[in-house]
Amino acid sequence: MIQRFIRTLVGAAVVAAFAGSAAAQDSKVADELAKYREALADGNPADLLEVKGAALWAEKRGPKNASLEQCDFGLGPGKLDGAYAQLPRYFKDTGKVMDVESRLVHCMVTLQGFKQEDVTKQWFSKPGTESDIEALVTFIGAKSNGMPINVPATHPEEKKMYQIGEYVFYRRSGPQDFSCAICHGQDGKRIRLQELGNLTTKEGAGTAMKTWPSYRVSQGAVWTMERRLIDCMRQARFPEPKYLSDSIIALQVYLQKNATGTVMETPGIKR
Amino acid sequence: MKKLMFAALCAALAQTALAQERTPSGKAVAKNPVSAEAEQVFRNSFRPDNPKYWMSRLEQDDAMKLCGQYKDNPPAAVRQKIELAQKATIRYPVDGKLMGKWQEGEKIAAHGRGGHIGFIQPDAPMTPRGGNCYACHQLAAKEVAYGTIGPSLHHFGKLRGNSDDIVKYAYDKIYNSNAFNACTNMPRFGLHNWLTPEEITHVVAFLMDPESPVNKD
Repeated sequence: MIQRFIRTLVGAAVVAAFAGSAAAQDSKVADELAKYREALADGNPADLLEVKGAALWAEKRGPKNASLEQCDFGLGPGKLDGAYAQLPRYFKDTGKVMDVESRLVHCMVTLQGFKQEDVTKQWFSKPGTESDIEALVTFIGAKSNGMPINVPATHPEEKKMYQIGEYVFYRRSGPQDFSCAICHGQDGKRIRLQELGNLTTKEGAGTAMKTWPSYRVSQGAVWTMERRLIDCMRQARFPEPKYLSDSIIALQVYLQKNATGTVMETPGIKR
Repeated sequence: MKKLMFAALCAALAQTALAQERTPSGKAVAKNPVSAEAEQVFRNSFRPDNPKYWMSRLEQDDAMKLCGQYKDNPPAAVRQKIELAQKATIRYPVDGKLMGKWQEGEKIAAHGRGGHIGFIQPDAPMTPRGGNCYACHQLAAKEVAYGTIGPSLHHFGKLRGNSDDIVKYAYDKIYNSNAFNACTNMPRFGLHNWLTPEEITHVVAFLMDPESPVNKD
C-alpha cells in the first residue's frame, strides 16, 4: 500500500514535468504524451482508488449492515472476474439493461438498504469530496483487466438498447449541430492535438473503451464511463443528462458491442 | 461569363469539400427501426431541473433530423433538398460589407469556449462564444495545435484570390455550412446565431485578407 502510494507520487511528479512542455510541435507532443503514459502506467493514481473500492466492497454498511459481496453483475452473486467487460447486459430481476453503475447502485439499495438519492449524491468526486461509486467502479473494473470486452447484445432488450445507442450517437442538435459522430465517426482525425477514435469501428471503440474507468490527468480524478459520456453531452452543448439514464446506458451498449473482442487495460490513465 | 466562372468555381470547391469532409460510412442507410422510441428515451434522459431554455437545445430542424437518419450520408435527392433549404437561410450584415478585421477574426478562430451548460462545468454566464476554428482546421502556420476534422485552410485567400465571389462563398459557408455540403461536420455558425454576421465578416477577413497570418508564411 505504501509502495503504491510512493509510486503514485512519483507518477504525479512525472505528470507535472510533462504537462509543462506540452505546447511544442504536434508529433513531438504526441511522442511526449506516449512517453508519459508509459511512465505513468506503473504509478496510476487510480490504483489507490482501486484499493479503497476493494475495502468498500467488503465492508458492512448501510441500514441493512451488509456488504456488497452478494451483488450480482451478471455472472452470479459476488462473481466479479470479467463482469465489467460484459456490461451493460439485461438483468432478469429488474427487467432492464443495466451498466456497471446502475447495477452497483441497485445493489447498494437492495442489499445495503441505502436510498438511491443518497448513494448517488456523490456519483463523481470533486476536489475535497470523494465518491464511493468511483472507488467501487474502479475496483470492479480492474477485475476485468486482461479480459476481452464481450457485449454481443443478443437479448432482444440489449439489441434494442444497441439501436437506441446508435440513434443517439448520430442524433444532431444544439447550437453547434453536434452529434457524437461529428468527432467520432471518422478514422485518423484530431481535435486540436487530441487524437479522436472512430467509435463506429472495433479498433476505435476498443481503444476508447478498454481503459475505463480511467485516471484523467487534466481533471486530477478517476472518471467512470457515465462521467465520460455525461461530459461528452456537455461538450456538445446539450443540457445535462440524468445519472444512470437510459440513453447513457444505451450509448455504452453501442460502444461496448463495437469494442467487443478488445482486451481490457483498466484502470487506465488519460490526458 | 463571370457568373459561369463562379458556378464552376463553386462546383470545384464543393467537390473538394465533399471529398475531404464526407464521412466514409459508405451507402445511405435505412432508418433506425427504433427511432421513435429512441427519441423518447433520449428526451427522458435529462435532469428534470434543466431549465426549459436549455432543453430547447434538443429540438431538431429538418436538416438535423435527416442527417441523423442517414448517418450523415444522405442520398443525392435528400442532400439537394437540405442544401437548397439551408441556402435560403443566409443573412448578411446591414452594411453589406463581408470583409471585417482579420485581427478580430484571428481571436474568434482561436477561442473555443462559450455555450457550455449544465450543472457540473458550465461556462460562466456571458462567456463570449468563439468560432473555435482551430479545433478542426489548420489556419495560420504559427499555430501548430490545429485539428484535422476539416480541411486545411492555410493560405485560403492566397490560393483562391480575394474576388467578391470567394469572399461571399467564405461568408456563406461559415454562416451555413450545410448550404454547400449537407450533413458536413461543420456547425452552422450564422444560422444558430453562434456568431453574429459581423463576427463572421471578421473570420472571413482572417481567411481572405492578404495581411492575415493565414496567407503569410
